[in-house]
Amino acid sequence: MHLFELSFIAAVLLAATPVLYASLAGAISAQVGVFNIALEGQMLWGAFAAVVGSFYTGSAWAGVLIAVISTAVFSITLAVGAAWWKADPIVIAIGVNLFALGITGFLMRVLFDVSGSFSPRGLVGLEKMRFLADIPVIGPIFAGQTLLVPLALVLIVAVGLWLKFTPRGLRLRGVGEHPDAAASLGINVSRYQFWVTIAAGALCGFAGAQLSLGNVTVFTENMTAGRGWIAVAAVMLVAGRPLWLPLACLGFGAAEALGFRLQGIGAPQQLTDAAPYAITILVLVATRIRLPARFRRRSLRPTPSTESIS
Amino acid sequence: MSAPAELPTDQAPRPSWREHPVARVAGIAVRHPAVIPLGAVIVAVLIGGVIIVAAGLDPITAYAAVISGALDPDSLDYTFSVWAFICGMALAAAIPLRMGEFNLGGNGQLVLGGLAAALVAGQLDLPAILSVPVALIAAAVLAGSFGAISAPLATKFNIPIIISTLLLSPIAIALVSYLVRFQLGEEGSAVAQTERFPDEAQMWSIGNLSYTNVGLVVIVLLMIAFWLVDSRTAVGFELRVVGANRRFGSYGGVRVGRLAIGAMAASGAVAGIVGAIIVLSSPYRLIDGALLSPGYTFAGLAAALLAGGRPALIPVTAILFTVLQVGGASMERSADVPRQLSDVLQGVVIIVLALRTVIESRRSGGKGAA
Repeated sequence: MHLFELSFIAAVLLAATPVLYASLAGAISAQVGVFNIALEGQMLWGAFAAVVGSFYTGSAWAGVLIAVISTAVFSITLAVGAAWWKADPIVIAIGVNLFALGITGFLMRVLFDVSGSFSPRGLVGLEKMRFLADIPVIGPIFAGQTLLVPLALVLIVAVGLWLKFTPRGLRLRGVGEHPDAAASLGINVSRYQFWVTIAAGALCGFAGAQLSLGNVTVFTENMTAGRGWIAVAAVMLVAGRPLWLPLACLGFGAAEALGFRLQGIGAPQQLTDAAPYAITILVLVATRIRLPARFRRRSLRPTPSTESIS
Repeated sequence: MSAPAELPTDQAPRPSWREHPVARVAGIAVRHPAVIPLGAVIVAVLIGGVIIVAAGLDPITAYAAVISGALDPDSLDYTFSVWAFICGMALAAAIPLRMGEFNLGGNGQLVLGGLAAALVAGQLDLPAILSVPVALIAAAVLAGSFGAISAPLATKFNIPIIISTLLLSPIAIALVSYLVRFQLGEEGSAVAQTERFPDEAQMWSIGNLSYTNVGLVVIVLLMIAFWLVDSRTAVGFELRVVGANRRFGSYGGVRVGRLAIGAMAASGAVAGIVGAIIVLSSPYRLIDGALLSPGYTFAGLAAALLAGGRPALIPVTAILFTVLQVGGASMERSADVPRQLSDVLQGVVIIVLALRTVIESRRSGGKGAA
C-alpha cells in the first residue's frame, strides 16, 4: 500500500509538471495585467522545439535550452502587442494558438516528412534522476522523474516569494493591480509587462520540453491537448498567486492520474477528461460565493474591453 | 516634462514623425474601413508565402491550388456547404462579440446541437415534415441554454464569459463523446457513431446536390435575422452600446444581465443549429469527433473578428476561410504544401487584426484603446 501511494504521487507529479510551468507563466502574466491564454500554443511550440533541438543536437538538455529560448522569442508577438501596442491579448492569443497548431504540424511535415507524430530512432529524452532511487520516500517519487519536475516546484516557490518580498516583486504586482498608480510612481508599466510576458514564454518552453522529452519522448500533433487551458483554469483558480499553484495543479494532476487508474477498471475516459474543467468551474463558483466582497476585486480581470459583466 | 524622450513611458509624447506630411497622407489613406481587414489578409498571404518559400516549395502553385481547389465546379457544392457552416459559427462568435464578449465554447455548443438533432432524428419517429424542424429547435434549445449558463456565471459569480465558455466546452464534448461511444452508438460498428437516420429525418435536399441543402438557407436566414436585430432594433443597439462601454450602457438603463443571457443563448443556439445541420446532412449520423475535426468554430471566430462582428460583412469574410479550408486539401494534393498552412494563415490573420490598434490609435490621434 505504501508503495502504491508513493507511485501515485509520482504519477500525479508527472501529470502536473507541464501544467505547473504553464500556470506559473499564466500567473506572472496575470500579475502584470496581461491575460495570457496563449499558454496552449506556446507550450505546443516548446514541445516541438524541444524535440527538434534534441534530434539535431543529440542532447536532450540542448533541446530544453532551444525550447526555452525559442518559445521566449515566439512570445514576442504577444509581448509587443499587449505591452507596447496595447492590443487585446485575448485576440492575439487566439491567433497564436492557431498559428502554433498549424506551424508545428506544417514544419513536422516539411522537415521530417511525417504527419501525426514524430519519434525518430535516436531521439534523446531527458534523463531520469536514477541516482535518487535508494533514498526512502524521495526515491520512489523522484527517481523516475526528470530534473525539470523538482525545478518546477522550486521555480514556483522562488517566484512566489520574490513577488511577495522584494521591491521589484512589489512593483511588478503593482503594475497589474493599478497600472496608473504604478506609472505615477515612476514604474515603467509597459517594460514590466513586456519582459514578464517574454519570461512567461520561456516558462512555456520548459512546459513543452517536459511534455515531449520528459513525460514521453515523442512529438505528436496537438500534443498539449488542452493542458494550456487547464493551466489557464489553474491561474483563475488561484487568482494569479503563484504560491497556491502547486495545490491547484497537483489537484488536476491527481484527477488525470486517477483517470488512468479508473480507465484500468473500465470507467469511461470521457469522465476523467471532463474532470479538471468541471472541478475548476465548481470551485470558481463556490469560492466566489464564499469570498467576501472585498476579495472579489483581487480576482483576475481581462482587459477593460472584455471585462466581465459586473 | 523634463523626462528625456529616450525613456518612453506609458504616456510617452507622440513621436514627431507623425507630424511629417508623408505620415499625414498615409494616416488619411489608412482611415478607410476596408484597409485593416484587407491589410490583415494581405499580410497573412505574404507571410504564408514566405513560409512556403522557406520550406523550399512554390507559393504561386500553392495559392493557385488553394483557389482552384475551392472553386472547382465539381466541388462547388461542397464549398458552399462549408461556407454555410463557417458563416454559422461566425454568427455564433459575432453575437457576443457585439457586446465585447468572447464565446470560446463554440465547440461544446456545436456538439450539443448535434446530439439534440441525433436524438430527435434517431429516437423519435416523426413524419418528414416535422422531424427536421423539431430537430433544429431541439438543438437550438439545448445548445442555447448551455450557452446561456455563462451569462449568470459572469454577472453573479464574476467568472468572465471567455473563461466559463472555455471551461464548459470540454465538459459538453466529453459528455457527447461518452453518449455516442457507450449509449447511442451503432451496435457492431468499429466507429463510434449513431445509426444512419431514417430518410424522413434527413435534412431536406435542394435538387440533387449532395452537400448543400436547406441547411444553407436556414443559416442565411439566421444571418439576415441577426443583421435586422443588430441594425434595426433596440436590442441590437443596446448590445452595441454595452460593447462600446458597459458602464455607460447600464447607466443608460440597459439591463446588462438580461442582455447577456439573451446574447449568449442566441450565440449557443446558432452554434447548436449548425451542429444539427451537419449531423442531419450526409452521412446522416452523429460521429464522435467528426463535428470538431474540420475546425469550423475557430474558422468562424476568425471570420467574425475579420468582419469586426458586423453582420453584413460576415458572409464576405467567411469566403476567405472557406477557400482556405476547402482549398487546403487540394493544395496538399497538387502542390505538396501541407494543409496545416491553413491554420497558420488563420492564426496570422487574427494576430494582425489584434495588432490593428496601432493603426486605430493613429486614427483617433490618441494612445491605443486597449
